Amino acid sequence: MADSTEKSLHARPEQLLYASILEKGMYLGLLILLVTYALYAFGLVTPYIPLQEIPKCWTMDVHHYLETCKIEEGWAWLSMVRYGDFMNFIGIAMLAGVTMVCFLVIAPVLWKQNDRVYACLSLVEAIILAVAASGILGAGGH
Amino acid sequence: MTKLGKLSLVGFACLLALTLMSPAVWAEAGSTAPGAAAEYPWWIWPLLLLVVTFVMGIAAVLGGVGGGVLFVPIISGFFPFHLDFVRGAGLLVALAGALAAGPGLLKMNLASLRLAIPVALIASTFSIVGAMIGLALPTNVVQISLGATILGICILMLIARKSEVPDVPQADRLSSALRIYGVYQEATTGQIIDWKIHRTPQGLFLFVAIGIMAGMFGLGAGWANVPALNLLMGAPLKISVATSKFLLSITDTSAAWIYLNKGCVIPMMVVPSLIGIMLGSFLGVRLLRVTKPGIVRWIVIGMLGFAGIRALMKGLGF
Repeated sequence: MADSTEKSLHARPEQLLYASILEKGMYLGLLILLVTYALYAFGLVTPYIPLQEIPKCWTMDVHHYLETCKIEEGWAWLSMVRYGDFMNFIGIAMLAGVTMVCFLVIAPVLWKQNDRVYACLSLVEAIILAVAASGILGAGGH
Repeated sequence: MTKLGKLSLVGFACLLALTLMSPAVWAEAGSTAPGAAAEYPWWIWPLLLLVVTFVMGIAAVLGGVGGGVLFVPIISGFFPFHLDFVRGAGLLVALAGALAAGPGLLKMNLASLRLAIPVALIASTFSIVGAMIGLALPTNVVQISLGATILGICILMLIARKSEVPDVPQADRLSSALRIYGVYQEATTGQIIDWKIHRTPQGLFLFVAIGIMAGMFGLGAGWANVPALNLLMGAPLKISVATSKFLLSITDTSAAWIYLNKGCVIPMMVVPSLIGIMLGSFLGVRLLRVTKPGIVRWIVIGMLGFAGIRALMKGLGF
């Protein structure tokens, strides 16, 4: 009984695996974000929107911002990643994507442990996040 | 309170007053004209963001709230940024905080993955719905709703009780089937606490609304997660706080993707805010030992109330 209590005081293997991937992804994303931001803010990489023009952009609503600056929605930023401002999206996408990876990795581990319900729930969560990330969900403009 | 504690509190209040009373901030506060913000050099804004979010990071830790819930109403109320970009940045600020805390909380077994997964499934799905609603509605409607929600959060903070270890006579059938239970050791007393939850279907249903609000306003949702997990579902307070923080890393991820894909992320706003909040949180944790959290909690409620009224007024066109 004491052994089982001692055992259950510690996190389960899939929880530790999730934590480990989340930690690595978070540090990597944060590092990339800080480096790319330094390159951008100190003018070492040319931005798509000149720095002095930015205050005009962030007062507009997103619809006018995209229209005025001729920026496309969704993953179009990948084709503009050579610009200093869009380079920052690599780190942001990593931070927003690491959770999906965590669920994809723990799903088979849970399945092997015969924890089929949680394996399926993890897979469904990864699919939900993938759908959100895909950009296929349109939202109306205002 | 110690001398250092008093000094920190005064310093914190002065810094907050200075940044919020800055002429640049006030000159812009009521204006959304595209040219108005351009009167100041571009670097003023990320610098101000860094300072204000640094103060917010301290206040968030000492006041026991998430960074996102302070960020959106204060930045949208007193900076010239459009609400669309503030919500995008707010979600990323809350997400970064949750990502930073999540691994440690999971390893310590304070955040429960088994409790978080079913809740996250509901909350993240509906935070996508909330983000889509928020981006489709007119800005003034979102601003008014945001103001009302923030004032509601103030009331919740004033009246909500907390229960260290709620009495759960029997786990409900759903939580038993999902095997949502656990054991943790209370560090202060060494006591080993067995926990289980009840009212799981009602709790999951509540996370529909919490998810929608998180996505719609970009607030993060720790303010709602903790009472739902602790008071309604009966999880111990420490498990609720830790699981809520971890939960934000999932809920905010799904909504953040919607804002990212819709173009609502401007790195010049996001990165200084992330750095400011994180540095402020580090200092906040140190100050926590020497300040009275009760006083700071009142300051945070005051700040939120002020920002909520400001959001309401902005939405109503005053």
